[in-house]
Amino acid sequence: MRSPRTAFALGAVITVALTLTACAAGETGGSTSTADADTLTIYAGRNEALVGPLIEQFTEDTGIEVDVRYATSPELNALLLEEGERTPAEVFLSQDAGALGSIANAGLTSPIPAELADLIPAGFTSDDDNWIGVTGRARVIAYDGEHLTSETVPDNVDALTAPEWKGRVAFAPGNASFQSFITALRVLEGEEAAAAWVEAIAANDPILTDNNLATLDLVNEGQADIGLINHYYWFERAAEEGEENMRAKLEFLPGDPGGIVNVSGAAILKGAADDADALEFVEYLVSEKAQQFFVDETFEYPLLPGIAAPEGLPTLDSLVNPELDLADLESLEQTQQLLADAGLL
Amino acid sequence: MSRTPAVRPPRALLAAAVVACALAAIPLVYLLVRVGTAGFEDIAAVFERPRVPVLIGNTVLLAASVTLATVAIGVPSAFLLARARLRGRAVWTVLAALPLAVPSYLAAYGWLAALPWMQGFWAAWFVLTLVAVPYVTLPVAAALRAGTTGLDDVARTLGRGPLAAFRLGTWPQIRPAVLAGALLVCLYTLSDFGGVALFRYQVLTTAIQQAYGASFNRDYAAILASLLVLLAVAVVIAEQFARGRAARQFGAVTGPARQRRVRLGTWSAPAVVLLAVPPGLAVIVPVAVLVVRLFEAETLREFDAAELAAAAGNTVLLSAGGAVVAIALALPIGILAARYRGRIIRAIETTGYLALGLPGIVVGLSLVFFSLAAVPALYQTAFVLAFAYGVLFMPKAIGGIRGATAQVPTSLEDVSLTLGNGRLRTWWLVTARLARPGIAAAALLVAVTAMKELPATLLLRPTGTDTLATELWSRTDVSAYGAAAPYAVTLLLVAAVPAFLLSRARAGAGELDEAVA
Repeated sequence: MRSPRTAFALGAVITVALTLTACAAGETGGSTSTADADTLTIYAGRNEALVGPLIEQFTEDTGIEVDVRYATSPELNALLLEEGERTPAEVFLSQDAGALGSIANAGLTSPIPAELADLIPAGFTSDDDNWIGVTGRARVIAYDGEHLTSETVPDNVDALTAPEWKGRVAFAPGNASFQSFITALRVLEGEEAAAAWVEAIAANDPILTDNNLATLDLVNEGQADIGLINHYYWFERAAEEGEENMRAKLEFLPGDPGGIVNVSGAAILKGAADDADALEFVEYLVSEKAQQFFVDETFEYPLLPGIAAPEGLPTLDSLVNPELDLADLESLEQTQQLLADAGLL
Repeated sequence: MSRTPAVRPPRALLAAAVVACALAAIPLVYLLVRVGTAGFEDIAAVFERPRVPVLIGNTVLLAASVTLATVAIGVPSAFLLARARLRGRAVWTVLAALPLAVPSYLAAYGWLAALPWMQGFWAAWFVLTLVAVPYVTLPVAAALRAGTTGLDDVARTLGRGPLAAFRLGTWPQIRPAVLAGALLVCLYTLSDFGGVALFRYQVLTTAIQQAYGASFNRDYAAILASLLVLLAVAVVIAEQFARGRAARQFGAVTGPARQRRVRLGTWSAPAVVLLAVPPGLAVIVPVAVLVVRLFEAETLREFDAAELAAAAGNTVLLSAGGAVVAIALALPIGILAARYRGRIIRAIETTGYLALGLPGIVVGLSLVFFSLAAVPALYQTAFVLAFAYGVLFMPKAIGGIRGATAQVPTSLEDVSLTLGNGRLRTWWLVTARLARPGIAAAALLVAVTAMKELPATLLLRPTGTDTLATELWSRTDVSAYGAAAPYAVTLLLVAAVPAFLLSRARAGAGELDEAVA
């Protein structure tokens, strides 16, 4: 009689598996759901490989233990909206301002103290102190260095709707920073001109991707001549592959709506309004040490005045458009409608 | 195959199935709530978007073509594995299950790195077909092993050619398995995100991800997800309809299994090619590409063996937990569907299948919503994540349990009942014992799928807990492909264990015949 014994064995294995799963839950702190008093819980919408070392350094410097939940910013944004005030998170570190604005609009953030918020120049941070800007990233054109040179690549996005570029331009219409660029286009050149550009680019047989990295990969593999991305993706790729092996090259677009600077940032969540650890972490993010870390490790623009931009990049001032205020970029809905009407979203 | 008794199901069983079904319906309830807050105008506006019809068309086209292709490859492969004189059968059987261990995003990434020009429909079709073929091959091979060639022989004696004899004799025996496999493939394709996104083929799941991506337009995402649910409902009902007819056609075939194996002769070479293609292209190409990247990389982020081991351990535990939950939920539904008929039972079974047609991010968010409302103390613990795996992948277990239960003759249960055993005791003594290989296979299938799951894992895992899939994601997300290689290979190896057992477990269906005889 083999059957009953095997059935028993199967049952035993299942029981053990369940118990072990329960243990795994206990080990990794079943406590996470009820925000531990002495552990800071961070939702990080930035990659672990990039910001993990910084967070470890924070713990080392301050003695504050940290639990980090990594996912993409949009996922964490959706998660925070779903959790509402019951979130175990105390700080949200976001890849883009859009996600921060979204949770601020939902009333889920607590204000950043003015003396901290004022460290970051206006235009690179929330205008009502609901969140704080941490780093800047420029929109750029990545071009195929084997087909184009910095002389032949356009230095503005208006040129990309010409027949010459039909089927050669890649971008990610669903990406937050691409959408900020479209919003900037609306603010700087007017609704009509922006709608005309969107329609023209949609009719120019663009290569639609899911995100900036996929766009860069296409250019780097020679599948697209031009990609609209954020500058630091190129540097991340170059760090892995070696700068000299990069087929894609970068063209910055000073003054053009296609070359605006977006920011990543952080917000303190409502439940952590009086949490000293949360505040200390946010303070740390805009400290000289952390800002220098971003310059060295992620090739982003530091937002704290007095820290130099990564070598080889145009200065932040040269990219900033004086007519554009970051607060103007909040009209996301109209931008999305524009893209949807053109069949891009 | 057994008779279907025309009696009402026991109340306890029905109640258990209703509870399981209600739990499986959590994502649907969540969608209803979200779509409800959207209002009629928002819903109408969705259909005015020029892209939406394109998205629906692309989704249907991809799901239909991948399903057809997997059947076209899977059925002949299963025939070779079960009925042909094949050298190295055991090895081929294991290889046939191996693509199950490959996440679609990993296969897509590998192919894209090797052939950067791959994109669009054909690329998505190609890769999804490769990784989904085992969903057809495995159950059909099991059905062939459990079946008989006696009827084919009768047809041959009566003058039919070999193909016509197969159609008359064997096809009716394997048709339910083909349909069940095709259903899983179809739902899998509807809900897949990773594979299609990399090839830039625009379908509903990519649009849902995009809606969460920049707009935080949760209403739009929910409306698109509801469209996906409607498609899944249509698919499940179509399968039930086709299966219902199959069952009637095949009601009377019983008798001892007699199997004759076919000599392949000149067909040996094409047979080997057919069997080698899915595992070769789905497994070897992506792994090779990642390993090459590992050696090519200029700088490697430091590799931490302890981190890898912890992630592997978490992956195994969580997916085992998920399998337990899935089986617990699927058992009442599967038994009910195998033994009884009726509109309510059909509705329960249909609902049970729907979560599989939804992208992981929607199921993940729905369980955030549910666990915070119902069991806040368990929020972001391994329990909720295992439960999420159970809900997501329970449909994969329903078919297996239903099939395994249906194969147990009701006459044996009747004997036990006559001897004074209660229903539960009878189920344990007779049905469970005979259906064991099928139930174990269902659990393995859930486990192997749960290991690869990413979007729901990211949302629901305990803060700070990593699995192989999340570690892989966090590396490929920053182009650290070289650093991703050890995680990809480990994930493949870990997932290959249940895949391997699965190819063996199904072989165990032969025991059934001994037991019956």
